[in-house]
Amino acid sequence: MLTSPFTFEKPTTIADAIEAVGDSGESMFYSGGTELLLAMKMRVIHTERLVDIKGIPGLDRIVLTDANEIEIGSRCTHKRIAADPVIREHAPALSTLCDNVANVRVRSVGTIGGNLCFGEPHADPPTMLAALNARLVLQGQTGVRFVHADEFIRSELETVREPDELLTMIVFPRPTGPVTYRRFKHGERPSVNVAMAWSMEATSSTIKTARVRVGALGSRPQPLKAVEDALKGRSIADVRPAIEAVLAEALDELDINDDRHGGADYKRHLAGVLLLRNAEEAMTRGKRSR
Amino acid sequence: MTHMLPISFSLNGQTVSMEVAAHTLLIDLVRGRLGLKGTKRSCDMEVCGACTMLLDGDPISSCTTLAVDVDQREVTTIEGVTPPDGLSRVQKAFVLHGGLQCGFCTPGFIMAVTALLKANPHPTDDEIRHYLHGNLCRCTGYVKIFEAVKSLAIEHVSEDAA
Ligand SMILES: Cc1cc2nc3c(=O)[nH]c(=O)nc-3n(C[C@H](O)[C@H](O)[C@H](O)COP(=O)(O)OP(=O)(O)OC[C@H]3O[C@@H](n4cnc5c(N)ncnc54)[C@H](O)[C@@H]3O)c2cc1C
Ligand code: FES
Ligand code: FES
Repeated sequence: MLTSPFTFEKPTTIADAIEAVGDSGESMFYSGGTELLLAMKMRVIHTERLVDIKGIPGLDRIVLTDANEIEIGSRCTHKRIAADPVIREHAPALSTLCDNVANVRVRSVGTIGGNLCFGEPHADPPTMLAALNARLVLQGQTGVRFVHADEFIRSELETVREPDELLTMIVFPRPTGPVTYRRFKHGERPSVNVAMAWSMEATSSTIKTARVRVGALGSRPQPLKAVEDALKGRSIADVRPAIEAVLAEALDELDINDDRHGGADYKRHLAGVLLLRNAEEAMTRGKRSR
Repeated sequence: MTHMLPISFSLNGQTVSMEVAAHTLLIDLVRGRLGLKGTKRSCDMEVCGACTMLLDGDPISSCTTLAVDVDQREVTTIEGVTPPDGLSRVQKAFVLHGGLQCGFCTPGFIMAVTALLKANPHPTDDEIRHYLHGNLCRCTGYVKIFEAVKSLAIEHVSEDAA
């Protein structure tokens, strides 16, 4: 089905793109188009003008910086991230995640930036990026600001990004311990997913801090605070009992929608299963990396 | 008002230059104005793969790609991978192994498999399944398609025989 007509522009600088979108509310950034065109074809989104950001150089870089942080340009496709040597070495779970998003065609053109900015609750990257403690770099007419991945999604299909703010980059500290991710899905998109990132003490098999996020259940990824606290300062050998002691209570605090992906109780149960499987994997990987 | 834009791209190796409306979809341009009907549209939502074309060698859903996006790039359709005097080795394998019945999904599968073997001439069973997971077939049950691809994956051919 055709979308209704719009005009099209392809600026070559960030500044021109931001200005072209402006604040009239009639223009939208256009990246891979894998979400946007679908929504326009279904008449869920209407816009007067698309501002294509594919002509802006430099938005698809992936680098490990001197500050020991990993920067991923917003225009990186899932395919690009899955194959990138820096990501494969320092955050292999993210590379596997991107290699399993959608299908090969969506991965060829769909970007990490488009995935985040669409704000779809049933998505993989937001959960992982929140566990990695990522910051999102937004550039608008008034300057640049950083937003924590945890705070980026406001509600279903809505983010804190202003219409004329371009997401330029995603930045997160290079992981210093095992990062694990699991999802369960029976349709195109994840029904529930769990990401966990441990930072380890340099000289022992002790967990310094743990970040655990459960996604796809409400509008945005949610932390499992009680599990994080239970893992803090814990030796790898004690992980399982530590989690089991607080798991039921932690899962009870999740805000879970009943939707076509399943009832709330069912998905709460799945979250626990995925979390424990992540923990098993993290324990073997944490030990191996010593 | 319709916003018309000039585009110039390679379609199966031939340069095409024309004006298109900004909201024209690639599949409509190719099947409609350019008259190449081999590519099929089914789901219209990037799920089934019937509309698969290659853009600079990568598979894409032409049902959800703007024609203006192919400006200065290379598009390959099923017509472009079919030799004038017969069938490609991928097409022959599908025939030989019974990898099609109604044939509606077949152009998309042929495009995806062609791209897969170009990137990875000897994929493992898991790699084949992973790559083709986004192409749907309602007739064959996939086993015969898988066998067709498998037969190609274990074959040793010179670079230019593809
Ligand atoms: C069939 C199918 C299956 C899918 N399965 C999964 C899945 O399993 N898991 C999953 O996580 N996702 C899944 N997705 C979603 C997929 O990841 C996204 O479609 C893709 O990443 C979006 O990127 P894009 O570049 O195409 O975005 P676009 O469609 O171009 O843009 C999406 C939105 O973001 C805005 N935007 C894009 N880039 C920027 C930017 N840099 N700055 C500001 N705003 C921007 C646009 O204005 C638009 O509102 C699936 C999608 C499809 C179609
Ligand atoms: S018609 Fe394009 S993917 Fe199904
Ligand atoms: S052969 Fe009929 S859909 Fe595949």
